[in-house]
Amino acid sequence: MDFPALMHEIYVARWTLSGGLLTTLESSALVIVIGTFAGGLIGLGLCYGPIVLRLLLRGYVDFIRGIPSLVLIFFSFYGTSLIGLNISAFAAGIFALSAFAAAHIGELTRGAVQSIPLAQTDAAKSIGLGFWQRLAYAILPQALRRMLPAWVNIASEMVKGSTLLSLIGVLDLLLATQQAIARTFLIIEFYCALIVVFFVINFTLSQVGAAVERRMAYVRF
Amino acid sequence: MRYNFNWPVIWRNSDRLYYGILLGLAIAVVALAVGCVIGILLAICRQSRNPLLRLPATVFVEVVRNTPLLLLVFFVYFGLPELGVIAFDNIETFTATLALYAGAYLSEVFRGGLAAIPAAYIEAGRAIGLTRFQRLRYVILPVLFRIVLPSLSSALISLFKDTALAAAIGVPELTFGARWINVNTFQVLETWMVTAVLYLAVCYTIAIGLRQVEKRYAMVR
Repeated sequence: MDFPALMHEIYVARWTLSGGLLTTLESSALVIVIGTFAGGLIGLGLCYGPIVLRLLLRGYVDFIRGIPSLVLIFFSFYGTSLIGLNISAFAAGIFALSAFAAAHIGELTRGAVQSIPLAQTDAAKSIGLGFWQRLAYAILPQALRRMLPAWVNIASEMVKGSTLLSLIGVLDLLLATQQAIARTFLIIEFYCALIVVFFVINFTLSQVGAAVERRMAYVRF
Repeated sequence: MRYNFNWPVIWRNSDRLYYGILLGLAIAVVALAVGCVIGILLAICRQSRNPLLRLPATVFVEVVRNTPLLLLVFFVYFGLPELGVIAFDNIETFTATLALYAGAYLSEVFRGGLAAIPAAYIEAGRAIGLTRFQRLRYVILPVLFRIVLPSLSSALISLFKDTALAAAIGVPELTFGARWINVNTFQVLETWMVTAVLYLAVCYTIAIGLRQVEKRYAMVR
């Protein structure tokens, strides 16, 4: 390990590396946000939708969950240009990873909502709440608490999954680091630094998740 | 925009997909087997009272679980030979990396499984005069495997999906074969549709097959 050389080379490559870090953070954040909203809708559709919608969504979720995210990324990368959509590698990757995250979060939402006892729905009905009110005041506040730990896991999977974008040429942190390595041959040093960076990102995420969980833990089941 | 479907070209190159599946399955099975051994050792170390065993195991698990698999693969493939540690080919490197990754994940599973073994079993083993090793061999491990069996089968499926990443270092598995067909024939849609269906078929076959095994052996808690 040549630590001073690593520090120097990180300084030399600071613009590429910080750009890569930004791309990684940006893509992870986009995927998590899009995946959460789409996944939440998918989960509600799986619970309350009409039978046709339910079957379609179930097919979608089972399809996506059965194939690797890398295959989705390649499909989206090579396939979008084919159907006349001229989008960047970044957008194609975000699209694929969001579709992936949405399926997983959809299944998670379905599980959480269905785990809330039916008596809760009945109680909400009996005090005259409509469907959306029941959802907003009775079901979701409880379901969200149950979802949180698994949601944090999926979010951290997505941060890790964003490195797959480097395989379709998105200049994320991994690709930026590889470029620095190709120039400096400080292989071990740079990869160790990268492991530390990902550890910090994911550790922060799980700590924030744990803090929110503690905050919201005033209701016991 | 016109797209001409040309299925025979996929059929003519289907040997790449076929051998890709076999290679992927072989890698996943070996990684799961080695990962089980690593996982059990890590789980036992993490429960140990000796900090010299506990701390390194905890650090290893936390670091591996928070690092993207792709980064680990690059680290082992490009980084470790520089230290003179190993210089295996890409298939062996990927299998070893996947085994370490699986070990870190499975250590959590085994930790939960160990905690779920009723204390009375171990006391019973002690009562009939089994030594420490015999208790491990005849009481703890058989029960442990029956408890964690459902987690192991889902681990095998996710490991098989993770073998897609081996394409990044040129291992000729399914995704690599699909990308080869894609870039050499430009039949993008057929290639990736067939690949997705193949992944789905393999994953669901594994799931259904292992469910039969679970029905027979899994322990009802």
